[in-house]
Amino acid sequence: MKNILKYTFVILAVGFVSCEPEFDTPVTDEGFYSSGTADLSKYVSLGNSLTAGYADGALYITGQENSYPNIMAEQFAFAGGGEFTQPLMNDNIGGLLLNGAQITENRFVLAVGPNGNPGPIRLVGTPTTDITNRLSGPFNNMGVPGAKSFHLVAPGYGNVAGVLAGAANPYFARFASSETATVIGDAAAQSPTFFSLWIGNNDILSYATSGGLGVDQAGNFDPSTYGGNDITDPNVFASVYSQQVEALTASGAKGVLVNIPEVTSIPYFTTVPTKAIPLDAATAGALNAQFAAYNTQVLPGLVGIGFITPEEAALRMINFSAGQNFPIMTDDDLTDLTAILQGPPFSLPASLATLLGQLRQVKSDDLIVLPASSVLGTTPDPSNPQGVIGVSIPLSDQFVLAVSEQARVTTASAAYNATIQALAGAKGLAFVDAKSALARVANGGIVYDGGVLTSQFVTGGAFSLDGVHPTPRGYAYTANLIIKAINDTYNATIPMVHIGNYATITLANN
Amino acid sequence: MKKVLVLAVFALASAVTYAGGYRVSLQGNKALAMGHTGVAVVNSSESVFFNPAGLVFLEDKINISAGVHGVFSSIAYQDTSSGANARTDSPVGTPLYLYASYKATDWLALGLGVYTPYGSTVEYEDDWAGSHLVNNIDLAAIYIQPTVSFKINDKLSFGGGPIYVTGSVNFNRNLNRTLTDLEGNRSNVTIDASGVSSWGWVASTMVNLTENLHIGATYRSEIILDAEDGTAEFENIPNSPLTPFENTSIKASLPLPAEMTVGMSYDFCEKWVFAFDFNRTFWDVYESLDIDFANPEIPDSKNARNYKNASVYRFGMQYEATKMFTLRAGYYFDESPVRDGYFAPETPRNDSNNFTAGLTVNLGERLQIDASFLYSHFKEVDASYNYYFENGVSVPFSGTYKTNAFVPGLGLTYKL
Repeated sequence: MKNILKYTFVILAVGFVSCEPEFDTPVTDEGFYSSGTADLSKYVSLGNSLTAGYADGALYITGQENSYPNIMAEQFAFAGGGEFTQPLMNDNIGGLLLNGAQITENRFVLAVGPNGNPGPIRLVGTPTTDITNRLSGPFNNMGVPGAKSFHLVAPGYGNVAGVLAGAANPYFARFASSETATVIGDAAAQSPTFFSLWIGNNDILSYATSGGLGVDQAGNFDPSTYGGNDITDPNVFASVYSQQVEALTASGAKGVLVNIPEVTSIPYFTTVPTKAIPLDAATAGALNAQFAAYNTQVLPGLVGIGFITPEEAALRMINFSAGQNFPIMTDDDLTDLTAILQGPPFSLPASLATLLGQLRQVKSDDLIVLPASSVLGTTPDPSNPQGVIGVSIPLSDQFVLAVSEQARVTTASAAYNATIQALAGAKGLAFVDAKSALARVANGGIVYDGGVLTSQFVTGGAFSLDGVHPTPRGYAYTANLIIKAINDTYNATIPMVHIGNYATITLANN
Repeated sequence: MKKVLVLAVFALASAVTYAGGYRVSLQGNKALAMGHTGVAVVNSSESVFFNPAGLVFLEDKINISAGVHGVFSSIAYQDTSSGANARTDSPVGTPLYLYASYKATDWLALGLGVYTPYGSTVEYEDDWAGSHLVNNIDLAAIYIQPTVSFKINDKLSFGGGPIYVTGSVNFNRNLNRTLTDLEGNRSNVTIDASGVSSWGWVASTMVNLTENLHIGATYRSEIILDAEDGTAEFENIPNSPLTPFENTSIKASLPLPAEMTVGMSYDFCEKWVFAFDFNRTFWDVYESLDIDFANPEIPDSKNARNYKNASVYRFGMQYEATKMFTLRAGYYFDESPVRDGYFAPETPRNDSNNFTAGLTVNLGERLQIDASFLYSHFKEVDASYNYYFENGVSVPFSGTYKTNAFVPGLGLTYKL
């Protein structure tokens, strides 16, 4: 019988060994997760707004906390990752000040309007982040909103004196190491052991979001002559991109390169339908009567004289019907007929000739940009209820990314992506096909624990209220993609995150 | 006998199964030291709880026992798929008990007990991975039980009495996995109800088969605590008509399940006692934790629990080593009422093996000091709670849990 007591006390003694419950293999133990052949102790991320954690049309603290590099760094911490710092904004309002004057807009929030419908509005409030307050860096997250590929190697890109003139970037001005610093120089100076580089989106995106207002600079090798909305020449991209990869890998750092998604994957281009104009039969009939002479006499006449091709004439035909209709628009890729139509044999009045000069209807394969939703169907002149944008007033070219413009974007981005993938292969770096991944989100979506992540504006979960930048959940999805590529390339086992734990859009009524 | 017992203890110790819900079996230092057996043991007024029928067999006219336990309990959680991990930082629980009995006549004893058989205090770090299920909970129920015990003859007695319960609960969780205010602070709700009272009853019997062999049975009724005017306090709610969460009153029901105990005790070799108790706790009454918000704009909260009835097997030994010291040891196996897929982090209990020991120090004829110690060992368990929904889609919360508890206790017994 004494043995029972003895055994009991032995068991008790074993129990006393640990007071806290310990797992057989705790995830916090060194070696539970591995970084493989990569060294994550000093991670530096380079890129543009996507890397900075920009969302809802602004940069703000909670967005930065959910930037994909920050999410990755939190997971890296399980596999030897070190501290990760970011040039945090001063608030969650988002706008920037320059010497007290606001130079960028506040963030969007989802507000319920007086009609009871929720929609994005700019958050009201005075931002407190003044770019003249230079932060003491360096920072691990070197993402600079607005940066194009060649900006990362441009000296003076962080010179606050150049911001108003457009020669420098207000976000980089906050944390550039000097007025002449380059982004790539400040990154390399940190001697990263690991880096991520996702740059080139803006080299096509600003052209696309401006509805193709800029110029395709293919063939122009001097980026200092480019306008803000221009497409970067692919050779320029290849040149600066390989410079950057060289600079980052010079001391043996491993890293990951991310390619450029299609613009057609983002709600900024897919939310407003091309058949945006509802008309009843009577209105459609009246409009068709007004355009009857143009369709049946003017256009064939122009073809007959040889001003335009039969194809262009077909493109320029205007037709409405009861139901949803394509709006009319100005397309600067069409032959400008303003002067021709004022001369014989047409002799149209100047106002009508101007209207018809580069007029066509939107086609089903054009893309209408998100901001057009607040313009289409409105009457800019209250005294003229007949002057409706898309019906009697053409939608400006900046609101439509025409098929011809889309082709320029596709050509350039395909060239950039070829460069990125080739460099990743040549340097043995991890490569992330963000283009395909984002296309999956846009086409059917990604199933996660709690739903399906899609590109649907507001409700899809992947994109913030600016229609271009991801939500925290979209960034978490991106972080997982990159972690997977790192794991595959470097034989690492960095854990991914549950994207359902990351928020989507923010609700707030002003 | 010895061999059989040792085998029985170790067979159970190696069994793999799943314990306890929010039942806190700490109703007396003497009994706990013997694996919390006592339905057939007569040695103190702890019988008010374990078997009121036994009070009439106590030798002394007045018996008083009081004591306290310190519950040091920790839960560790980890999810190897994401690396998420957490560890509770729960305050030390201090359940108390007080029992008194008075032998009015040779055949009738009266008693009173105050004890806390149900409760739970769990505090995770705010906004941890499972914060949409619980950040912290503090549940307490105090039982007050006037008791009568009478014997038919020296072999048979009955006992019982009404039970008055007063309970309280304070519970905080985040509203879901992602909702925050504009500054990124997670939206959360605190449910608070206190002074919730109800009535139940206990009935028991004891049979002395021989001078040395006793059997007993005790049934304690189910008691439902209905909170009628609790409060819900919402914090960090976005300023939006889409999130109409305002502080409001709530209604909720928490069942304290019925428990049936049968057992035996055997006195042998003059100084030894062996006891065995079997508990069956009727947890199936705990189907769902539902919170009904008075504000009709706020959707009611339904949290499936679907507990199953569960058993506890208890073994205890007592040895009167000297006139001054009585030594005790015990073991019990506590089956979890939690079904697969219902493993919620506010009571993450799987089956546990529990080891107890203790002693009584006799300070003269009347006063005793009772000390006990309990170690609860839970196996590391992979489990999930699959009944949390977002937009109608089940979002399982899964991971690995490892729990343990150390419970030292100290009490006094006074006899007159």
